Amino acid sequence: MNAKRSAVIFAWMLLLPAVLYISAIVIYPLFDTVNLSFTNASLRKTYKYVGWLNYDKIFNETFAAVIIRTFVWTFFSVLIKMIVGTFGALMLNTAVPGRALFRILTMPPWIVPMAIGIFMWGWMYNGQFGMISGMLQKWGLVDGPVAFLAYGSTAFWATIVTDVWIGVPMVTLYMLAAIQAIPQDLYEAAWTDGAGRMYRFRRITLPLLVPSLITMSMISLISTFNSFDIIWILTQGGPSGSTTTMIIDTYKTAIGSYKYGEGAARAVLICIFLSIFCFFYFRVTNRLSTETAR
Amino acid sequence: MSNQTAMINRYKWYETLAIYAGIALFLIFILCPFVEGFLVSLKPLSRLFSSPYRFWPENGSFDAYVTMWDSVPGFARYVFNSLFISTVATAIVLVLVVPAAYAFARFEFMGRGPLLAAFLAVNMFSGAVLLIPLFRLMRSLGVLNTYASMIIPGVAFLIPTAIWLLRTYMVRIPKELEEAAYVDGAGRFYTFRRVILPLAMPGITVVAITTFIGAYAQQFIFALTFNSKTEYMPLPIGLFSYFGRQEVIWNELMAASFVGIAPAMIVIFFLQRYLVSGLTAGAVK
Repeated sequence: MNAKRSAVIFAWMLLLPAVLYISAIVIYPLFDTVNLSFTNASLRKTYKYVGWLNYDKIFNETFAAVIIRTFVWTFFSVLIKMIVGTFGALMLNTAVPGRALFRILTMPPWIVPMAIGIFMWGWMYNGQFGMISGMLQKWGLVDGPVAFLAYGSTAFWATIVTDVWIGVPMVTLYMLAAIQAIPQDLYEAAWTDGAGRMYRFRRITLPLLVPSLITMSMISLISTFNSFDIIWILTQGGPSGSTTTMIIDTYKTAIGSYKYGEGAARAVLICIFLSIFCFFYFRVTNRLSTETAR
Repeated sequence: MSNQTAMINRYKWYETLAIYAGIALFLIFILCPFVEGFLVSLKPLSRLFSSPYRFWPENGSFDAYVTMWDSVPGFARYVFNSLFISTVATAIVLVLVVPAAYAFARFEFMGRGPLLAAFLAVNMFSGAVLLIPLFRLMRSLGVLNTYASMIIPGVAFLIPTAIWLLRTYMVRIPKELEEAAYVDGAGRFYTFRRVILPLAMPGITVVAITTFIGAYAQQFIFALTFNSKTEYMPLPIGLFSYFGRQEVIWNELMAASFVGIAPAMIVIFFLQRYLVSGLTAGAVK
């Protein structure tokens, strides 16, 4: 009994530094955000409480548009990431020569400093001299140069494509691990019974991948919702707000215009959305793990 | 048995062709920006700003790799800053995470599950959401415009993944080894230091590498917001101020980018096996 108690004390001593660190750098700021969202905090040293004023201010049409835009942007980015990433994983899982090299070649976007990959996309989207516009003209698909980042609709999709590019390696490697975790004897049994490749894919691979697909979509959803660097470097939320997602909007309000109070109210809303996603994530993964246990 | 697997995996010629076509399509998407970026770094500026677009460089040269050192005066400093910030951040993460992961892996205590979940939940907030209070916190600590203002917040967001990876590794270390040490009269801390740490070294190495790569790859928002001194800027921010100018000298910017990512590329090439196992350790249960 005494030994057990001393073990618990020892465990907490081991945990204490990490717990204190996270409390100071994540938990305390979280509460501070909520607190600040009810104030008129700005660059000045003092601030006073203004009640729900900051929240009243943000519930207007412009902000509703920002929320909708954020969800549309996130939805398409996650969807395309999952499709491209899973396609890559299925291709890399095949038993063809060179696949070890192909796997290494998948990693650079994930591992290289994000900003630098985004610079390269910035050049490719250049209208006058960029690669994409140049190639499209060469193949006769467009008549003149297309400055992708200069128009609202193209900038919206351009930022999505870059976000997909950065997110795909993680999806691919995760899904590849999930595919390889499928017991091989299932395929052998099916093969013995004369099942073809497509049939085995539809009846074994795909159903067994569903839990991993859901889990990865949720992880991807949370990180995509938080995406900041890509949009900030490529468009800073422009042109005329067409790529301003909630994160970008919060950054502009708080850091660009020094309206900490209003920025904090926006951050609180983001946190609420993220908590909802997180809640579903834990529920779904819990249910999936109990189902597979049975 | 393996013979049978080999037969299942035998492809007809058109299947092989389709697979290679699929892989090519996928890798073109992944690698296109790097190939184009590299070719741009070889093109003379006059060629770069000319229509119609040409993919292959004519009169290509490595001139930009020489001239960039003058055009981006702080370049060596930026690379040093990036490496320095990542190294210190990784060291702090390890000091915090190694004991915590051991506690999660080995000890039963009330609230273990929820606490681990709470750590993982940190991952759902990006720095951007907490930027305002973090800015105030850094200001009251008096560390704005120093290395610390980029390292301290960065560490917090590297901890969750590191704990998860290392816990997964430590769970697999046989319990009997510790029990034997206890029987011999060793204390808990002695056992942790002399038995567990050496055994966990491969796991700790993987976590150190992934943390370092993460710290190197994600230097942006804190450095953008909490530091305005050129001499402390990490590479991405240093190049970003260069990127933001009216007349971007693209070939030099791309040359600088390639020199800047060279360390990461070398790491990928030599340590990719550890990276994949590190990334996917927690993924498939």
